[in-house]
Amino acid sequence: MTDLDLVWKNLFRKPLRTILLTVSIFMAFLIFGILTSLNVALDRGSESGSASNRLVVSNKINFTQSMPYAYINRVAAVPGVTAVTYQNWFGAYYQDQRTSRFVGFAVDPETYMAIFRDDARLTDAERQAFLSERTGVIVGKSLADRYGWKVGQTIPISSNIYSQANGRRSWDMKISGIFTGAKPTDPTTAIYFHYDYMNETITFGRDQVGTITVVTASPDQNDQVAKAIDANFANSPAETSTVDEKTFSRAFLKQAGDLNFIVTMVVSAAFAAILMIVSTTLVSAMRERTKEIGVMKTLGFSSPRVLRMVLGEAVLLSSLGAVLGLGTSAFILKGLSKSPVGASFGDLSMSPVVALSGLALAVSLGLVTGAVPALSALRMSIIEALNRG
Amino acid sequence: MSALIQLKNVKKTYKRGKESITIFDGLNLTIEQGDFVAIMGPSGSGKTTLLNLLGGTDRSDSGEINFDGERIDGYNEGQLAAWRARSVGFIFQFYNLMPVLNAAQNVELPLMLTKLPASKRRANVETALKIVGLWDRAKHKPKELSGGQQQRVAIARAIVSDPKFLLCDEPTGDLDRTTANDILGTLQQLNQELGKTIVMVTHDPEAARFAKRTLHLDKGVFAEVTA
Repeated sequence: MTDLDLVWKNLFRKPLRTILLTVSIFMAFLIFGILTSLNVALDRGSESGSASNRLVVSNKINFTQSMPYAYINRVAAVPGVTAVTYQNWFGAYYQDQRTSRFVGFAVDPETYMAIFRDDARLTDAERQAFLSERTGVIVGKSLADRYGWKVGQTIPISSNIYSQANGRRSWDMKISGIFTGAKPTDPTTAIYFHYDYMNETITFGRDQVGTITVVTASPDQNDQVAKAIDANFANSPAETSTVDEKTFSRAFLKQAGDLNFIVTMVVSAAFAAILMIVSTTLVSAMRERTKEIGVMKTLGFSSPRVLRMVLGEAVLLSSLGAVLGLGTSAFILKGLSKSPVGASFGDLSMSPVVALSGLALAVSLGLVTGAVPALSALRMSIIEALNRG
Repeated sequence: MSALIQLKNVKKTYKRGKESITIFDGLNLTIEQGDFVAIMGPSGSGKTTLLNLLGGTDRSDSGEINFDGERIDGYNEGQLAAWRARSVGFIFQFYNLMPVLNAAQNVELPLMLTKLPASKRRANVETALKIVGLWDRAKHKPKELSGGQQQRVAIARAIVSDPKFLLCDEPTGDLDRTTANDILGTLQQLNQELGKTIVMVTHDPEAARFAKRTLHLDKGVFAEVTA
């Protein structure tokens, strides 16, 4: 028999109590595993495809407001700008708006492919096809896999914003290529098609662009270029706000609220509740064993060894709940990744950093909840323990 | 016979609130190797305090406590714990077995403090349980054993690491006469056949008859010695 055997047997002295505590801890780590992984996936999404020398120009009111098409040339003329492209949010969906929405942008193919060549990877033949076909669309691999799309196929892409003059809300588009991301973990759940194809057929919002992407000569010039662009459109009906690409992506993701803050608050609340429950239960459980602790010390177990055993029991309990919680959340995330909603987050699998953070949190939780009973066991005199128990 | 335990001019005082209660004021005692001593006396006479001092679970205020030539009264808590583990076997009135462990695991507890390999530990546990006649109950949990059987497991636990000295605190206080005599017979056997030195605190004159000699303690002083 080892100390660990003894700790394990003591942990399951009252199986129902241990199971209930494990379930409480399990719930906290389930919440931690899922929310933290979602947050990491969103952060990863905001960083993928971002370059340090790229800026995004959008309407100063917010990025859902458009800007005149004429801005493109004026932005391109700002000193320090080496390339520009533009895009319009389309509100795209395929067949069923409730279940099949995804990111869809109308873009200028030539300038778009020049800037985002490495972020949306295509074969030369696919790229050429996209540039030459007016109704061409490039689709991300995840989307293509989900809907079984093939290159050359014509698909109806609908918009929840725009409609055509003939009353239709969908546009027939021919798949020119299926792109992959720069990294395997980059989300590939978007489509890009010709701005002109959309602009010529929509009933409103013609000659407007949603955002303009700007490439600067070097990241050092970003601030200067951004200020110059915004100054150019100051006091106009559509003032602009120019920020680096990463900041823009984060702002986009924050539409639903400050996710970092929400995740931190929810996880903290869950852990605070668990901390109270587990520490109170452990204090009461140790009080029941006062006499046994006295006997162990009488037999010659040193106080530090008894302290380690009590702490070990608390750490084992929290680790057990954590492993089950993190394991279940990894399983749920895997399932979620395959769903249409989950796929839009890109790679949802639990990262080693999240798993290790969870385990570190479990050890900390165990040490904190075990601290009071362990210190009390450390300080308890043999005579006091034997008389009290 | 040589002295295994010697108490020289031991003083012990307890604080109860603002009041100071003197238990021993210069107690002297010698216990020889292989002795079996019963300590009797009324409540408050200092029996339990003496047992605590002999077992190193309490400290004297002054005086010397020697064990087998080793002066233990100056040991710190860690040294005392190590000394108890190698030198003393404890037998309590209410057995004090761990309810989550079976009989063999309870007996193995003191061996967790040694560096013995697992096979040697198993052999020692088997020997100790056979000595007390409970090897066939090795896998039983304390709640599945009678009071007498639980006390036998406690005796096996006390002897498993082969200490020279056994301290028994009312070992038959919770048992019926027949079972008590059975347990006392086992202690007598350990004393006579294995040479264990035993000090037993008891209220029961019948139990004291199993010892080689009886010391009567009253108000911190040995009032009478019965050979």
